[in-house]
Amino acid sequence: MVDTVSSPDVRTILDAGGYRAALEWTARRAEAFVIPLAALVVGMVLFSLFILAVGKSPMQLYETMWRGGFGSWFSIQNSLSRGAPLLLAALCVALPARLGLVVIGGEGAIVLGGVAAAAIGVALNGAPSFLVILLMGVGGAAAGGIWIGVVGALRHYRAVNETISSLLMAYIAIALMNHLVEGPLRDPASLNKPSTQPLADIYRIGNIPGMEVHWGLVVGILACVLSWLLIEKTRWGFAARIAGGNVRAAQVQGLAVGPLIVGFTALAGGFAGLAGMLEVAAVQGSANGSLAAGYGYTGILVAFLARHNPLAIIPVAVLLGGIDASGGLIQRRMDLPDATVLVLQGMLFIVILFSETFYGRFKLFNPDLWQRPHFLKGNV
Amino acid sequence: MTGTHSKAIGVETIGMTMRFGAFTALDDVSIKVPAGSFHALLGENGAGKSTLVKCMMGFYHPTSGDMLVDGRQVAIASPRDASALGLGMVYQHFTLVPSLTGAENLVISREKVPGVIDWRKERTALAQFMERMPFKLPLDVKVAELAAGEKQKLEIIKQLYLGRNFLVLDEPTSVLTPGEAQEVLGLVRGMTKAGDLTVLMISHKFHEVTAFADDIAVLRKGRLTGTGKVSDLTHKAMAAMMIGDQPIAALDSRAAPKPDAEIVLKVKALKAPDRTGLKSIDIADLGVRSGEIVGIAGISGNGQKEFLEVLAGQRPRNGGEVKVRGSAYAATRAEARALNVRLIPEEPLKNACAPRMTVAENIAFRTFDVDGNGKPVSWISAGAIKSFSARLVEQFKVKTASLSSPIASLSGGNVQRAVLARELTGEVDLLIVSNPCFGLDFSAVAEIRARIMKARNAGAAVLLMSEDLDELLELSDRILVMSDGALVYETPIAQASVQTIGEHMAGHH
Repeated sequence: MVDTVSSPDVRTILDAGGYRAALEWTARRAEAFVIPLAALVVGMVLFSLFILAVGKSPMQLYETMWRGGFGSWFSIQNSLSRGAPLLLAALCVALPARLGLVVIGGEGAIVLGGVAAAAIGVALNGAPSFLVILLMGVGGAAAGGIWIGVVGALRHYRAVNETISSLLMAYIAIALMNHLVEGPLRDPASLNKPSTQPLADIYRIGNIPGMEVHWGLVVGILACVLSWLLIEKTRWGFAARIAGGNVRAAQVQGLAVGPLIVGFTALAGGFAGLAGMLEVAAVQGSANGSLAAGYGYTGILVAFLARHNPLAIIPVAVLLGGIDASGGLIQRRMDLPDATVLVLQGMLFIVILFSETFYGRFKLFNPDLWQRPHFLKGNV
Repeated sequence: MTGTHSKAIGVETIGMTMRFGAFTALDDVSIKVPAGSFHALLGENGAGKSTLVKCMMGFYHPTSGDMLVDGRQVAIASPRDASALGLGMVYQHFTLVPSLTGAENLVISREKVPGVIDWRKERTALAQFMERMPFKLPLDVKVAELAAGEKQKLEIIKQLYLGRNFLVLDEPTSVLTPGEAQEVLGLVRGMTKAGDLTVLMISHKFHEVTAFADDIAVLRKGRLTGTGKVSDLTHKAMAAMMIGDQPIAALDSRAAPKPDAEIVLKVKALKAPDRTGLKSIDIADLGVRSGEIVGIAGISGNGQKEFLEVLAGQRPRNGGEVKVRGSAYAATRAEARALNVRLIPEEPLKNACAPRMTVAENIAFRTFDVDGNGKPVSWISAGAIKSFSARLVEQFKVKTASLSSPIASLSGGNVQRAVLARELTGEVDLLIVSNPCFGLDFSAVAEIRARIMKARNAGAAVLLMSEDLDELLELSDRILVMSDGALVYETPIAQASVQTIGEHMAGHH
């Protein structure tokens, strides 16, 4: 086999340290930064063409976008607020992705998490606030967790495609929510926007002191950090990566692939359900149609842009939150439709998916390729 | 096109040189394969054999050197040019479309396929064509459902179907039974004798070379180190040309078998559906004792794969029992760990590794979740995984650029070494191995067989499933033959006869 990769002496790799090792380490990791960044830039250039086509100035647009998203303390807070639910929504994509599953139905878990939390908040009216908020969180996470856990179970035990089933389950979830808020759980006082009864103020989640951003941001960041630890540092995460890398190898190693898949998908759904709970407790005050605001779908973009690395989700979610936040300003200042930012998101997504094909292609990032001539010299 | 055999063509390379950067993979190689001859190309892993044939086939553009076809200089800029000249190649790695049937693969492989395919006509033509082939293949089954041996046969058939009259065969018989190999090579040989075909075969099997080839050319480190008539050369001389003075791992001498040693693996009345779900495998009674290697021979596709999957816990059973040291065994991680059971499936990169995870991580698959005393741990340490793997990489001589390289970047032999390092470390009571040397070169094969023998001598019970009868004869204490899902024949190694085993493999008893 001509594709042999080997070194003249095993010792050289074991002793590899210092400069060379640092260089290789950097190269391997740089790929994960450079490719998505390049994809972002390409996406923005393509979007510029779109803006030119509708007769506006791309430079002005990006400037407005920057101001609307990050230009002032006010707009930064706005971006953070919009980014907060994306953190949890993106985890709903990223965790299953590490097991090789493409779950795109986080929206359903968000919606059901919100409804469950609202129902619990209303039912327990009068109980101590910390307890109710805790139970709302647990209930929301459980609802979302069961919803996506079912997707994982269908995948593993019945070989149902998880992408399709999660998407269809999201439609079912939204229909279920509409039924509940228009029927059994409806607050008779909500007239033109059917909602559950509003939560008492003591059950609402407030803002982080000194900021106009609710605590959901902290919860989301914490969830991302914990997810990263789970995947990178625990044995369950390692087992999940084996199963995601090659399910047959995981089975030969006797790893319990079924429970891993169900566990990870349930956890992922739990995070999305928690996002729904936070929407209800911190933003809406009740469950209603606004829960299906598309966070679940934007979360897919965030997760792919972050390459399913939970830590990378944090900055990416804030970035996407900023793009989202600037929509209003773009509309007002540049006379462009609000949906303009959706076009940008769509273009970015396509470019990001396309950029997946470039991993491992560049010699610069691939120390195995640099070494080839060197080791072959000593070895063949 | 189909079956229109024009005359064989002669092919010659002159001063073929190929450099990749500073590295010279092929250094001034001139070989001559006359029309109608059967030429063998020998060489170690990385000796430049693949590079040479890839240059001939137009996949690489040589740095310098020329190609002659029938004495005329030709420029081969692409595989298409090679194909137009009648040059074809059968690869080590399969090139069939797994989701299509054999017949569909054959038809779409043609240069010109009509927009609307008249399948009735094609089928008739194929049936006639297949009548001239010495082996039978189910052409209506999806390639994905064929076993490795059947796929390899189809690859060869495809080239013949395309009417190529110069074939490069890259280790064509690595997965065939001796009978099949004889048949295939015999057919190919017959066609060369008749002047219909010229063959350049890359092979590691000296006895095949001796039996079928006219001449050999040997490469070492990119240079031509020897040529000659097969009739003038001994195996020893060929090996010397191939490996120079490099030492080859010697097989541990076989420790005396203990006929009354403990039976470690016991399989009784095991039934499981095969991959088609139509037939079932049925292992009536199988025991493997500590310190012995039980080899299971069989033509691929006779249930070995399914049997292995049952033992690996990947395939449900319909009854029967599998016991290891007297306790029921369902291949969970806890059981495998408690009973020291190790399983090494065939094609390790595909079945035992996560290709994009690092070498270090892949080596840690078996042990990442326990500490030094076998106690489960929740937190894993990348540092511990690295130092553990570094030790094994050194001990098992895995050649890798770095511990952080994706394991997919290693050569086949080194992937197998890494997997053996993982599975043969620590105490092994039962080792189940399937085709451990498929597609590996000379020295890797010798080393891997030596490792298996060493495990046996250390007291492991070894169940070896292999499609390579030579391997079974070399390693086993007892050989069983699997045919049609059942174990149909058993012989101690001392009385083993290739003839009898072959007949049972073919189901002639």
